[in-house]
Amino acid sequence: MLKIKNLESGYGKLKVLRKISIHVNPGEIVTIIGANGAGKTTLLNSIAGLVRLKSGEILFDKQDVLKFPPEKIVFMGCSLVPEGRQVFSTMTVKENLILGAYVQQRRKQRVIDLESIYSIFPVLKEREKQLAGTLSGGEQQMLAIGRALMAKPKLIMMDEPSMGLAPLIVKEIFNIVKRLRDEGNTVLLVEQNAKAALGIANRGYVLETGRIVLEGSSEDLLSNRDVQRAYLGRDLDSEMKI
Amino acid sequence: MFWEPDKETISREELEQLQLERLESTLNRVYLNVPFYHKKFDEMEIDIDNLRSLEDLRKLPFTTKEDLRNNYPYGLFAVPLREVVRIHASSGTTGMSTVVGYTKNDIKTWSNLVARVLTAGGVTKDDVVQIAFGYGLFTGGFGLHYGAEKIGASVIPISSGNTQRQIKIMQDFKTTALVCTPSYALVIADTIKEMGININSLSLKYGLFGAEPWSEAMRQEIQDKLKIIATDNYGLSEVMGPGVAGECLERNGLHINEDHFLVEVINPDTLEPVPAGETGELVITTLTKEAFPVIRFRTRDLTRIIPEPCRCGKKFIRMSRVMGRTDDMLIIKGVNVFPSQIEPILFDIEGTEPHYQIVVERKGHLDEVTVHVEVQESIFFDEMKKQNRLINQIKERLASELGISVEVRLVEKKTIERTEGKAKRVVDLRKI
Repeated sequence: MLKIKNLESGYGKLKVLRKISIHVNPGEIVTIIGANGAGKTTLLNSIAGLVRLKSGEILFDKQDVLKFPPEKIVFMGCSLVPEGRQVFSTMTVKENLILGAYVQQRRKQRVIDLESIYSIFPVLKEREKQLAGTLSGGEQQMLAIGRALMAKPKLIMMDEPSMGLAPLIVKEIFNIVKRLRDEGNTVLLVEQNAKAALGIANRGYVLETGRIVLEGSSEDLLSNRDVQRAYLGRDLDSEMKI
Repeated sequence: MFWEPDKETISREELEQLQLERLESTLNRVYLNVPFYHKKFDEMEIDIDNLRSLEDLRKLPFTTKEDLRNNYPYGLFAVPLREVVRIHASSGTTGMSTVVGYTKNDIKTWSNLVARVLTAGGVTKDDVVQIAFGYGLFTGGFGLHYGAEKIGASVIPISSGNTQRQIKIMQDFKTTALVCTPSYALVIADTIKEMGININSLSLKYGLFGAEPWSEAMRQEIQDKLKIIATDNYGLSEVMGPGVAGECLERNGLHINEDHFLVEVINPDTLEPVPAGETGELVITTLTKEAFPVIRFRTRDLTRIIPEPCRCGKKFIRMSRVMGRTDDMLIIKGVNVFPSQIEPILFDIEGTEPHYQIVVERKGHLDEVTVHVEVQESIFFDEMKKQNRLINQIKERLASELGISVEVRLVEKKTIERTEGKAKRVVDLRKI
């Protein structure tokens, strides 16, 4: 589905991503975990075409996305749920969702299928006519995911969906992401909340200062001591002393 | 038959992406965590960020057994010792043997890869697997043990030795799969015959043999005598142990677990890659090891890559069965012996010349080693008693240094054949 080789990217003279090679197979949740500033958002923005690469190769569905502007990449089936939701707060929930279906207008079969989104997020149906800005953080996150789904993407990229949400809401959002996968969707999930992300992902990559230092199944990463110490908040040194 | 079907039948394109990802993360980790590699890459002015393809691997330096010895015992570990759950060492018997470590994940990976090899060799959860490899620092016993348990087979950890007891257990426990060295399989076969046991009364079906080179003729003999299907498997402790590669039931080359090991075949003299399919020295880079990754490890084993697809359907390329070594290491009764270990001992003992020749023969199915030593003329004029004392002295020193017992024969000065002024150190009369 997505195949990236030696991606090098950044802003101006600043190199953020040194050399990234990753892949995502259809039907998987793949997570990229890493600390603040490791380059996670830059990676997603590079795939989405929002940040231009210095070098490397990004193949989406065997097509080189580098040639295309961001809107074309969305049209090809790669949608981004951006960091901090970025919903249009002065528009209603329904209008936000319809905007997500924007690319559908360019596709031949134009379907605005609000009902399937409402079946995943019943709360959005209840809030249909409410302004997006009045929603809670969790609801806004659901709206942002719903809006991305309106484009009927082949790959959904999510940037820190857990950010600023209460643990219970995070659990709810992640259950929905898992359900999306189980229904056949493919997800690339960038997260600081490594425990939650590895809990639902099939595989993961650990990003450190612009480089991948570990990759493997979620199970393997969860049992890796470096991951435990750095990202899961387990202090092994103090555990050893007991 | 596959243990991890989706992984073992991966397409070449997907495999190469996976290999690249894993190579890059391995290089990032060794550069960060192993001072040896950090220093070496810096000295050679290699920026690992500039390595962008599997072919770029060639720009990296080799790692040799010497490097491992120089970093004895833990110098090349890429994780702190508290993350290591297992330590093995290679069968070198000198003080400076090579030490390797495994994290919890490494043990899991290792078990899975051995499970692939065992599955390819016919073993299923219904089998009773008798492991007659030595258990201990040697990776053979534990490696196969964990793999067989992973499959869910019933494992008999009998270890090596005591052949009659092996056979008694084989009979009573209804062993269906035998795991050991090929030469020991023949010892077992002959002992079965001597004991007057009808081979058809045993339940043996499969044999998985490794840890030493063996020939097709030997395979035939083992298969005929034990009435089993015998497959070859390959590994070395420096890289992981068994589980690097193994034959499928086609018995036509060993499938390399390419998603975990990147292999190259080089000309041992020029160090350049040989043309596809030609024989050379196998070089291995680990792609997933956490505790003890190695970059371009020179195995000194001679083999060639068989690029044609295999009828079994497994997509991993095959290597031919190991045809020999590029150094002078001998494998005698499963112990690695370097002739260079012998020289300093002879220097040490008064009355001997540092000229010697090691003659290895196979008597029955076991190896016998005789070391011919040139001695100063005065020794031959002296009485027998003195000669015998010298022989015993050399024998003892060699036995404690090499870890195997050897015969010693004294010969007159300049009687050992020399080619181009150099003595021929090893005469291997074994027909492998």
